[in-house]
Amino acid sequence: MGSGLKRTPLFGEHISSGAKMSPFGGWEMPISYEGIIAEYNQCRKSAAVFDTCHMGQFKITGDISNCGIENAVTQSVGTIPVGKSRYGFILNERGGVIDDEIIFRVSESELIMVVNAATFENDFSVLKSRLKPGRIENISSVFGKIDLQGPLSREILSDILGGEVSLKYFGFSFFDFLGEKTIISRTGYTGELGFEIFVRKEKSVEAWRKILSDKRVKPAGLGARDILRLEMGYSLYGNDLDEDTTPVEAGLEMFVCYDKDFVGREALIKEKKEGLKKKKIAFKTKTRRSPRRHYKILRGGNSIGEVTSGSFSPALSCGIGLGFVSPEFEDEKEIVISDGRVGMEAEIMDLPFYRDGSLKN
Amino acid sequence: MEIYFTKEHEWISVKQNVGTVGITEYAVEKLGDITYVDLPEIGTEVKQGETLCEVESVKAASEVYAPVSGKVLEVNARLENSPEIINSSPLADGWIVRMEILNKDELKNLMNREEYEKFISTLS
Repeated sequence: MGSGLKRTPLFGEHISSGAKMSPFGGWEMPISYEGIIAEYNQCRKSAAVFDTCHMGQFKITGDISNCGIENAVTQSVGTIPVGKSRYGFILNERGGVIDDEIIFRVSESELIMVVNAATFENDFSVLKSRLKPGRIENISSVFGKIDLQGPLSREILSDILGGEVSLKYFGFSFFDFLGEKTIISRTGYTGELGFEIFVRKEKSVEAWRKILSDKRVKPAGLGARDILRLEMGYSLYGNDLDEDTTPVEAGLEMFVCYDKDFVGREALIKEKKEGLKKKKIAFKTKTRRSPRRHYKILRGGNSIGEVTSGSFSPALSCGIGLGFVSPEFEDEKEIVISDGRVGMEAEIMDLPFYRDGSLKN
Repeated sequence: MEIYFTKEHEWISVKQNVGTVGITEYAVEKLGDITYVDLPEIGTEVKQGETLCEVESVKAASEVYAPVSGKVLEVNARLENSPEIINSSPLADGWIVRMEILNKDELKNLMNREEYEKFISTLS
């Protein structure tokens, strides 16, 4: 394998579809098929399907209250009802984010955690060191994952499964899919109604083709996926979250449960007391120009921070972005985004950028 | 009307002393969806090979170079709000600038369509 990059089981499907491929987190992934904006529109208006087989999954078993999982992550795990999932973070001792993750409560004593593709090897070794021996298993090589997202996704999935799929937001269940008991969750990264389908790797191609046999669905790549998630203000690990950024700085404290002990808890409490080093802002530009990662954020000609994610927003017809500024500038309204050559006037605003999604339908 | 092409994937369609400038299908295929065009001011003078304007796509920003030395007479104002016209019609409705050609001899440095097609077939 010449390139050294990993490939999902759907690689052949993408090549046959004429997808433009590119490296992402050590994987060779489809960036676009028909075109980024066309795929974005497909997801917002109808339904799109994404290859997310590269993401990682871990199985955690045993007594949830004393296997070590509560100490390992920021979200309260024991209070997740069976059949529900919850988003949170794995932190380092400084309160910085090692990864963001979602935990699914499969039963009283079984969890599945879903993590990012580029980070799952490190996540696994960190969690293994925090949990009691034998409690966590890396099942990433067992599972592929396919995300079906868009206002028509529920209808389409119900037609494919031959029965109404009525999951609550962040809920999941086992469904009979292609002759196998398959977890399908009502989760996603686009701001539209959508589902994540946890097929076994060996079934991924069949599942992909089955979903695409419905003419209301088209494949969408990472290019469209990035615009969709950014319009919702969702963080991308590696851009908007990293080991030097805490959930407090990122404005994501609602995913932290202080009522229990967890690695990084003391650091977060300390920084809230002593003052944050930076604070996340969301902004839109007064132009169709796109802010891009690493562009500077200026106020009165001085640099007050940096852009961590930026793009053109088809919904708003202007540039949008996330970035971090010195906390004293958090409540500024008007800023300038600069690439060193051109300055874009921008205004800080509340998330999400896009408010017309079918997410809660 | 004659049409010429540059190695940087611009085209110029010439009628007497006026050239209409745009970018080619090849350029558009590489750039992806164009989201912004920074149109030059009317009256701007550029030399052959200098930056005429900038286009931004979802992926990156890219410069459009003047195929020949010229003075901007007209810009395609529709591109301000609908730059995607360049993607759907790069050689016709997606024209970017009309310029007065200051030195017609410079057209000799450019390729005709056949030469351009041959050129792009050598690229990755």
